[in-house]
Formats: sequence, C-alpha cells, structure tokens
Amino acid sequence: MSTGVGTENSNLVELRDVTFQYNTRTILSDLSLTIQRGKVTAIMGGSGCGKTSLLNLIGGRLRPVRGQVLVDGLNVPDLNMKDLYALRLRMGMLFQHGALLTDLSVFENVAFPIREHTRLPESLLRHVVLMKLQTVGLRGARDLMPWELSGGMARRVALARTIALEPMMILYDEPFTGLDPISMGVIAKLIRELNQVLGITSIVVSHDVAEASAISDYAYLLGDGRILGQGTPAELQQSGSPHVRQFMDGLPDGPVPYTYPARNYLDDLLEEHAS
Amino acid sequence: MMWLQAMGAGVLKAVERLGRAGLFLVEILGHAGILVSRFYLVVQQVFAVGVFTLPIVLVSGLFVGMVLGLQGYNTLAKFGSAQSLGLLVALSLLRELGPVVTALLFAGRAGSALTAEIGLMKATEQLAGMEMMAVNPMMRVITPRFLAGIISMPLLAALFSAIGVFGGNLVGVGLLGVDSGAFWTTMQEGVDFREDIVNGVIKSFVFGVVVTWIAVFEGYDAVPNSEGVSRATNHTVVYSSLAVLGLDFVMTALMLGEI
Repeated sequence: MSTGVGTENSNLVELRDVTFQYNTRTILSDLSLTIQRGKVTAIMGGSGCGKTSLLNLIGGRLRPVRGQVLVDGLNVPDLNMKDLYALRLRMGMLFQHGALLTDLSVFENVAFPIREHTRLPESLLRHVVLMKLQTVGLRGARDLMPWELSGGMARRVALARTIALEPMMILYDEPFTGLDPISMGVIAKLIRELNQVLGITSIVVSHDVAEASAISDYAYLLGDGRILGQGTPAELQQSGSPHVRQFMDGLPDGPVPYTYPARNYLDDLLEEHAS
Repeated sequence: MMWLQAMGAGVLKAVERLGRAGLFLVEILGHAGILVSRFYLVVQQVFAVGVFTLPIVLVSGLFVGMVLGLQGYNTLAKFGSAQSLGLLVALSLLRELGPVVTALLFAGRAGSALTAEIGLMKATEQLAGMEMMAVNPMMRVITPRFLAGIISMPLLAALFSAIGVFGGNLVGVGLLGVDSGAFWTTMQEGVDFREDIVNGVIKSFVFGVVVTWIAVFEGYDAVPNSEGVSRATNHTVVYSSLAVLGLDFVMTALMLGEI
C-alpha cells in the first residue's frame, strides 16, 4: 500500500473499490478510477449519479464506507484534520455557484485564502491578487461586491480565488451550469489554459457533454454508482454501449428509463375509480 | 402503538441533537484562543452582533424604565412610600428585566440574524468553500460570532438597565413629582453590589452564552435550503426565549436561596 508523500506516480488521484452511502442509499459502489497528473479529466453523468459526491470524497469532505481514495499517494479517509488541511492547501475546488463570501469584495475574496495562510505584506498581497484577477480577466472588477457580479463573473472570481495558493489540482463542480454561451466559453478556455500554463491537474464534473468533451483529455461516464464508460472524448463518442449512447446523444429513453418506476397504469386508474 | 413509537423516535432525535450541540460547544471552546490570536475577528462580530442591537435595546430600555416609573409610583403611593421609586426601578431592572428583556431582544435581533447568516452561508456553500481552502469554518466563522455574543450580551443588559433607570427617573421625578434626591438616595442605599449587580451580570452572561450557542448551532445545523434556514431561524427565537425564561427561574431560585 502506498501512503508515502510525493510518490512519483503518473496518477495524481486513484480511487480503489470505493463504496459510498448517503444515509442508507448507496451512491457509489466499488468504484475504481484514476486521474492522471497534468491532464483534464471529465467525469460526466446524469443528475444525482454521485459526481459531486466523488469530488467531495477526493476533497475529504465525505468518507467512503469502503475503499481507498489516494491523492498524491495519501489515503484521504485516513488523514487527520491537520494533514487533511495541509493536503487541501494543495488542491482547489470551484463550486457550482462560486461560493464567494458575500460580505467581502472581489479583491478581498481572492485575498482571503492568502490572508488566512500567509503573512504577505499588503503591497505584495495586492500584486498577487491583481495578478490572479488579471488571469481571469477581472482585474477591473476588484471593487465590486459578489451580488453585483453575473453568474459567469462570479465563477471566474471564484476561479481566481481557487488558484490564489497555486494548487496542484482543481476540482470543478459543474462549472458550466446556468451560464450563457459566452461565459461558458470563457470558463472552458480558462480551465484549459490553467491546465496548460500552470500544469494544474483538473477534474471537471459536468453533465454538459459538448463542453466537457471539448476540453478534456480523458472522460469517465458515471451512472448507477459505477462507471458506465471511459476513454478519450472521441472514443466515448464512438462507443456502442447503450448507456453511453443514451447519455452522449441525450436520448429521453433508454437504459435510463423515461418513466419513474410505478405499478401498472390501468390498476392505478381502476383503484381510484373503485374507491 | 404508533404514537408511542413516534414519541420515542422524537425523544431519541432530540437527545441526539442535544448531544451534537454539546460537542459543537466543546469544539467552539477549543478555538477560544482566537480571542487573543485573531482579536480583530471578534471585534468585527461584536460590531455586527452588539452595536446593531444597541438601538432596539436602548429604546426598549427607556420605555420599560418609564413604565416601571408609572406603575411603581401608583403602587408605592398607595402605601405612602413613593419616595422609594428609585429603588424599585433599579432593583427590577438590575435583577430581572435588564438581563431577561435584553436576552429576549438579543435572541430576536442578533440571534435570528446569526442563524440566518450562518445557515445561508451553509446553503450557498460558503462554509464548504472555506473548508476546501483549508480554513476551518468553526474557527473562522462560528467561534468569533459566539465570543462576540458572550461579550455583547452583558454590556447590552447593563446599558438596558442604565437607560431604564433614566426612564424611570424621567417619569417619576420629571412628571410625577418624586423628589430627585430621594429617588437617587434610596437607590444608592438599597442596591447591593454583590446581591443585585453581580447577580444580574451573571444572569446576562449565562443568557448570552445560551442564546448565542443556540443561534450558531441552529445556523450550522440548518438544512441547507430556504425552508431549512427559515425553520432554523424560527427555532432560534423560540428555543432561546424558552431557555432564557426557564433558566431565569432556576438562577433566581439559586441566587435567592429560597428553594
């Protein structure tokens, strides 16, 4: 079992036979997957298939019932609070709606993790924050408050905050949801650029097939708590599996049925009539 | 037998929640060192929790004092002891009304705001975001607010009592013609520092702990959606008010040593 720090493994994240339950419902069962260093990996799947739980398992916010979640050689569920927080300093997470602190300005939001973890002099801090904001094109918006930002801008500010401490990996939770096409393009461009320029390993959880496929090197398709398909986006597009086909083509009916399980319609109607 | 089962489940749930609230308090106290190491965080919250509650506390204190002046004068005048009005007003405020009414106002104004703020931070993933930035929300968000509540409550209660005495004086001396010298002298002679003032401060401190504890716990434990936050805010006001009134009886009994 490898638990040493900094093992030169080409996989930054490895999930081994991970089972996760929420209350008594099994969300992920015996799931194994690997995320390669320096790549953009997409994790796609329908709503409620456990994509976000997967990110939270990697970030140590949830604990699996069984299995190992290895991040850079460390088994996340085994870490104590101190080591977990040390690991989180090296990873960032972009939340679906940005999760900006509403009582702080854009500048202060980006400065927040730096202020919390370092004692940079104010002048240097200003340089760092402006540089991060410049990366996402929002240096001019530094004095705005979060409620003055559009959805896309808020997510870009959150991204600037995520890269403030220069993480080795960023977890993106539905980065494209609810954005107009332009903002969507901007976020996609940023994910790709941050990956290429800063060498940040990226995990993009999304149900947006087109956008996620366009920016990822490798993709997993999740459903029913397991992996239904994997490969490069091009390979997934060519897949003959009915599960993969239904998801990639957005078909209303297929292995994932259109109707919610119910008893016979006629029986239902007759019972009402009889009563 | 369904009702018995439901009752049992309800009790178990309540006990479990109480246990969690206890552990939550222990964790907060574990971070109490921030009072020294990150004093400015506490000061910011004293401003938000305490200063913004000041107007309602001062206005209420003034009116409660004025009503005490009126009622007290009418009753005391029947026994020919209207000159003791100052004592009556001061004792009522210091022993009971100051701590209790301030705590109720504090629960309604500051407690509900704390719960809603923390609940919404949870619902909008701000707390989760902090955790992922390796910042412990218990240390950064919850503890400063808790400490601010404990610091603010006794100060607010003291101000409530002070302005209440002024209100009583306004009505008693200003309108009803009680002698000003008698008003202050009876107060000075009758109010005991240990028995009245310190006991009042102890009460307001305990109320501060309880109300703020309930408020931050309800916020942190809220179901992260609009209905959950609304319910949590509601709980804060109801539970804190009941806790304040119940504890007031227990503490008064202990302090008077009558039971």
